Amino acid sequence: MKIRIANGRVIDPARQTDRVQDVFIAEGKIAALGEAPAGFAAERTLEARGLIVAPGLIDLAARLREPGFEYRATLESEMEAAMAGGVTSVAIPPDTDPVLDEPGLVEMLCYRAKKLNRAHIYPIGALTIALGGERLSEMAELVEAGCVAFSQANVPIVDNMVLMRAMQYAATFEFRVWLQPIAPFLARNGFTHDGEVANRLGLPGIPVAAETVAIFTYLQLARATGARLHITRLSSAEGLALIEQARAEGMDVTCDISINHLHLCDRDIGYFNTHCHLVPPLRDQDDRDALARGLAEGRINALCSDHTPVDDDSKLKPFSESEAGATGLELLLPLTLKWAEESGLPLSSALARVTSEAARLIGITKAGHLAPGARADICVFDPAARTAITRDKLKSQGKNTPFLGLELPGKVRYTLVEGQLMFEG
Amino acid sequence: MRNPQLNKHGELQHLLTLDGLPREVIVSILDHAAPFTEVAEREVKKLPLLRGKSIFNLFFENSTRTRTTFEIAAKRLSADVVNLNVSTSSTAKGESLLDTVDNLCAMQADMFVVRHAASGAPVLIAQHLQATGRDHIHVINAGDGRHAHPTQGLLDMYTIRHYKRDFTHLTVAIIGDVLHSRVARSQIAALTALGVPELRIIGPRTLLPDGIEKLGARIFHDMREGLRGADVVMMLRLQNERMSGALLPTPQEYFKVWGLTAEKLALAKPDAIVMHPGPLNRGVEIDSAVADGAQAVILPQVTFGIAVRMAVMSMLAGQ
Repeated sequence: MKIRIANGRVIDPARQTDRVQDVFIAEGKIAALGEAPAGFAAERTLEARGLIVAPGLIDLAARLREPGFEYRATLESEMEAAMAGGVTSVAIPPDTDPVLDEPGLVEMLCYRAKKLNRAHIYPIGALTIALGGERLSEMAELVEAGCVAFSQANVPIVDNMVLMRAMQYAATFEFRVWLQPIAPFLARNGFTHDGEVANRLGLPGIPVAAETVAIFTYLQLARATGARLHITRLSSAEGLALIEQARAEGMDVTCDISINHLHLCDRDIGYFNTHCHLVPPLRDQDDRDALARGLAEGRINALCSDHTPVDDDSKLKPFSESEAGATGLELLLPLTLKWAEESGLPLSSALARVTSEAARLIGITKAGHLAPGARADICVFDPAARTAITRDKLKSQGKNTPFLGLELPGKVRYTLVEGQLMFEG
Repeated sequence: MRNPQLNKHGELQHLLTLDGLPREVIVSILDHAAPFTEVAEREVKKLPLLRGKSIFNLFFENSTRTRTTFEIAAKRLSADVVNLNVSTSSTAKGESLLDTVDNLCAMQADMFVVRHAASGAPVLIAQHLQATGRDHIHVINAGDGRHAHPTQGLLDMYTIRHYKRDFTHLTVAIIGDVLHSRVARSQIAALTALGVPELRIIGPRTLLPDGIEKLGARIFHDMREGLRGADVVMMLRLQNERMSGALLPTPQEYFKVWGLTAEKLALAKPDAIVMHPGPLNRGVEIDSAVADGAQAVILPQVTFGIAVRMAVMSMLAGQ
């Protein structure tokens, strides 16, 4: 189908363009911008006057909960959420049940997703079998099956020799290794940032050292092995400083943070709000501010939702017994816009963190930008509209988010995947 | 975020924590408790204030003393008391905390006295009751994880006031495992609210949480230095599982450095009182000579505890 998106303000962070022009789509790809290609007859025109036309968002961490946790969410429910949120590509952490450590399983997941024909999925394979931290997974086979990187999700490897071998093996093929910085013994038995709030509420804390010790270890092992290291879900200013120091020494290391850690800090836990039970824990306000600055200045490469749908029963528990995680696919765009609004960042720079930069991290070149020839994955949204985040409005099966009740900027009007209109809001 | 222990008129609906509770509210509870101490002296130790009310002692964690004092307090107010040792019943069968609460609500409970190993469990129950419109049911926190033990904190304040009258000139020292102690957190909140000018916390770094000074206390690692000139010496219980391992090497070393002996107590004011929430670990945190000595007010604490719990129950129930 040939589609024309008319009169929209087209922002393409990859090329740093921001101007009102038409976008012409044919055969699932972007055919042209500005002037229609010769002989182009639109079968449908989407009026986008006053709206922003951006690349579809790329989420670096969205748990769709299949296989294994279908009572929390299904591919069907979460794909709807992605479409409603303008997210057209998602990277999937390996902590499903069974774990994504088996090529057949990854193929099955990709097949299921393709059949649903919504967002593109990019599975992150398990670095070790069952995330057990003992035996390496079949990385070469897993990449053939569709994996774009390897990680341990939030189950750190205890034995550093195994971690070093896993990084070495991945480096053999130049596969990406994504590690969430958690020093297992330092983070054990803790639930919140070890600070004033943890003190007041009597919640066992997780010291910042649990993050910095892990980052230091990962950096040293990456140096030793030549692995392509990406550090995921940073939570602290000190953690970021370590990464920057490594970069200053010439190391090529990237990192990301979640929308929760961009906007919230441990005080938001209030009176034991279990929606703020997250991994890593929300740290203090100075950490949050440092992360926001780091993201604005590009020292943090990308922003992700860390989408983790959790059923109500698992949240209606005392804080330490509740399940960690927050739903986020539908909040990635609004919270990116809120951050841009608050920090005075140009939209093009803010959107880069969830489009072009994210694409670079999973190694896709055909999406995340709007150049002619690119896959026509597009998000058209109204930047002026504000949406109240309510349980009813969330399409995700998980209604667990600390942002419930808040009014956030941005409303998705159209989501297109490979030139097909998948969502109209 | 609404303070979960207040109702929509800002009145005390539940007693969940002393943190953030205004001075006037604390003082009024202590004032209410005073006449109840006399009830115990009477031939007939009963008042009809809570006649017809059903109070459920909901103990998810074992406790004999606290449960017993709550039970006695409720019975002296003529309430019907039901004791549930939930640790051995429904939760063992997989029932969720809020399902247990809903079931008891269906049995027309008027008040829950809750002890739970997880910080915030009674807060969750209070929030659940509010969310489901059951505003007539009250929750008293009888100790949750490391978070709070408000009635213990209040009975400690009652004891201090009994012996020292005024809080605003006192030097108070809290000694021991503050990190894991809900009692310490409630004591610190109350002492700060009541205007104690010098609050000291004494213990090894492994048992003092980072940033505890932000709650308004001065930190001492040297016990002798911390005890110097104190009016009130509040010992904390050291639990067995903390005594040897990564937090402390041995109970012997702990006693040597932070155990309260007559010799160390001599550094405090001569009329200093010695308090302990019980149960005592003689020879670990306190020497028997001190625990049984003239300055100890450990048993009066227990007696006052009943009066304070009667006051809290009757005030929450609006009597």
